Amino acid sequence: MKRSDVTRIALGVFFVGLLATPLVIKRVTVRRAKASAVVLDAGDALSRYGFYFTEVSHAAGIDFIHHAPVLDARLNPIMPEVASMGASVSVVDFDHDGWPDLYVTDSATGSKNKLYRNMHDGTFKDVAEQMGIADVNQDGTGVSMGSVWGDYDNDGYEDLYLIKWGRPELFHNDHGKGFTRVSEQAALPPWINANTAVWFDYDGDGLLDLFVGGYYAEDIDLWHLKTTRIMPESFEYAKNGGRKYLFHNLGNGRFEEVSKKVGIDSRRWALASEAVDLRGTGHPDLVVANDYGVSELYLNDGKQFRESGADAGVGFAPKSGMNVSAGDIFNQGKYAVYISNISEDGVLIQGNNLWVPKDGQVGKQVKYENLARDLGVELGGWSFGAQFGDLNNDGTLDLYLTNGYVSADRSRSYWYDFAKVAGGNSSIIGDADHWPAIDGRSHSGYQQKRVWINDGAGKFVDVAHGVGVTDTCDGRSVAMADLFNRGVLDVIVANQRGPLLLYKNTVTPKNHWIEFALEGTRSNRSAIGAQIIVRWNGQEQVQQVAGGSGFASENDRRVHFGLGSEPHIEGVTIKWPSGKIQTLSAPTLDKINDVTEPQ
Amino acid sequence: MSGQIIVIPDVSKASPTTNWRRWFSLENRFVPPIFITLILLIGHLSFGILESYTKTLLAIGTGIATELILGRITTGKWVNVASAYISGISVGILLRSPAFWPYALCAVIAITSKYVVRLKNRHIWNPSNFGICVILFLAADAVTTLSIQWGNSVWAMLVIWSLGSVIIWRLKRFHICAVYVVSFVLFAVLRAWIVGDPVVSEISPITGPEYQLFIFFMITDPKTTVRSRNGQMLVAFSVAAVEMILRLHSSIYAPLYALFLVGPIALLIETWLNSRKELKSKDEAHVFLPAGVTQ
Repeated sequence: MKRSDVTRIALGVFFVGLLATPLVIKRVTVRRAKASAVVLDAGDALSRYGFYFTEVSHAAGIDFIHHAPVLDARLNPIMPEVASMGASVSVVDFDHDGWPDLYVTDSATGSKNKLYRNMHDGTFKDVAEQMGIADVNQDGTGVSMGSVWGDYDNDGYEDLYLIKWGRPELFHNDHGKGFTRVSEQAALPPWINANTAVWFDYDGDGLLDLFVGGYYAEDIDLWHLKTTRIMPESFEYAKNGGRKYLFHNLGNGRFEEVSKKVGIDSRRWALASEAVDLRGTGHPDLVVANDYGVSELYLNDGKQFRESGADAGVGFAPKSGMNVSAGDIFNQGKYAVYISNISEDGVLIQGNNLWVPKDGQVGKQVKYENLARDLGVELGGWSFGAQFGDLNNDGTLDLYLTNGYVSADRSRSYWYDFAKVAGGNSSIIGDADHWPAIDGRSHSGYQQKRVWINDGAGKFVDVAHGVGVTDTCDGRSVAMADLFNRGVLDVIVANQRGPLLLYKNTVTPKNHWIEFALEGTRSNRSAIGAQIIVRWNGQEQVQQVAGGSGFASENDRRVHFGLGSEPHIEGVTIKWPSGKIQTLSAPTLDKINDVTEPQ
Repeated sequence: MSGQIIVIPDVSKASPTTNWRRWFSLENRFVPPIFITLILLIGHLSFGILESYTKTLLAIGTGIATELILGRITTGKWVNVASAYISGISVGILLRSPAFWPYALCAVIAITSKYVVRLKNRHIWNPSNFGICVILFLAADAVTTLSIQWGNSVWAMLVIWSLGSVIIWRLKRFHICAVYVVSFVLFAVLRAWIVGDPVVSEISPITGPEYQLFIFFMITDPKTTVRSRNGQMLVAFSVAAVEMILRLHSSIYAPLYALFLVGPIALLIETWLNSRKELKSKDEAHVFLPAGVTQ
């Protein structure tokens, strides 16, 4: 045989090997996915993963189904696409009885929101009507998109800011007995089309301020369109969304809008935000996840914000941001930030981002690298809300992600039509009239949720099926709370056009926990922005009291730490928003520790 | 996206004036690599079109390395790597994946295809088209293609179209682009009529950068297009026609797959026609040869 023939044959074999490579990789991936998709019984889940969920909404007295908004008839061909948000859940102890309650939004005109009061016996009772915060989706006022709670007047009761496509509302909590609408007194603008808001005290004056991120431009009444040119001008570079607002709390029930004055000036399409002190400066920074574009990171020096997304690495590659949640995933006292995006096999693989601070950085600047792929939390379908929390009390933060956009006809997909317009010029994509009709098709529907448990060694493993999370609803908002004061994190999920799901958690009793219920004195009374650092067994974990996180949601105000099986607590430090640093000498394990800020 | 073996002009023997002209002439063979590099830089520095620098560099690096190794093995010489650079950069721009391996694998497949899938000493697929189609087909769960536009501005799009058109005109390949664009638009109107969607939604894809790369670098690749001018226009029309059929079946990567299907078929037909012609001319020559004379 000639040398050239040998070369030719060798090349042919090499080429076939190359072609076979993706198939081999796919086979391995599918095998792994199948292994994680096994449904386990409770006992197996408990022994293997240390926890399992039981969906108990009906048994708990919650039979809520979300209704999507019905917007201007000119949007009818793509109504499921544009009316695809509004389902949300926030956790609040509105009556200050020590048991977390739930506020759930509905989004059809005339529909009513629910305030599920915790009855202390494993059930909830809707008292929204009685409290005056049910009938908030009246014709002409827009509809609810989410809620965040914060005690803006420091009277000890959490007040409600209602995020809407429409007239934004602030309700004062009258000592848990009812709510009074104070939107006008607070000088809120007449109309905002927002999907995100967070309470935080940006200037450390002891009064909670409010950030609101617009999605559609605020001059658009989605029920009475003057034009169909309301869509994003670009799939990845859009800057024609709603403006941003920072309402500075003046202390007399009034707010002053100061966003531009303090350096927040953006018209990107905000979908999620969280305020968190990323650099340990004592001033909460603001992370904003934008649809149709890059994320924004506003670094706060206590008076001014500086948008540093590109410098920090989080704001260069444009994606479809739909969630912001911060968590100390490596128990190193530093926050990583999880921003969800879109991934659909064979069409669009943006991948979710897990922004982890690079090592060796101190001071005012911070740089992040995306470790979502390395850690295994990158692909989550059309991802929406996510939250960090120690679901099995093993001492590391896990991650719950919900997903799914439009679940309609399973056999027909809208992706092709979506892709052909999304890739076009702004003059095409920006006009709703140019979008092909969805016509009953699904768009990344019926997706499997992700429950990623943190193995503590740098990997997250999806165990959703194994621990009983098998729903395929179009998930939007995720909140975590120790709903029944048992020392475990339960998960509540709001689904678009779907049920509110309540996943009650059962955790192996061998793992211990500790919780903290904080009350500020010099700081805002909700203690929003307080950092709690727990040191045990040679490691430390930081968590904060947040005034809104994930997608259109807010977790239990109380902060939960899992500690593993044999914890030896070395110390607990609380950094209050006022700057006060408190050390707890003898916090009690397996108990909710009430802590009041020292004067 | 050219798979041609590029020969560097021997500038050492030319006069300084000729040198200057040659290097800055639009005919020189470095124009396509420079043009695609410009697209990459403008696109990324302005709008961040790349998944990451690292991934693009990986595609370019593996493409060039593969070309050097396979060229050395098969020809015994170090071949010029300009075409591998174009293939690598095309893969780096067009492919989208959060993972690294698809970039390397796609570039290696693209270059290897040039050396393996050959007919009459000519490779029949545009290398990057082949590599990207194979990886899209076999690894649909891991990769997609570029699907974004040049920011919000129509100007970036116009600049690329204008610059690309001038360069392609000078390279005497504008007719291919023109036939394809006109055919695409006509088929878009037809598709809109068939499926009942807005006409602009059918035209929309061609306004994106993926198509600019496809038109300026793939369908015009000299090594994998047919030789005759009319044939080139017929092939461009056929690509648009097959693309329309694929689009009617909701194929998101319709243009890439259409070229993947039409390109080699066109070359096979051309090769067959040429061999028939050669045979015929040989026969005719044989008829007129004097008795006792053989060819």
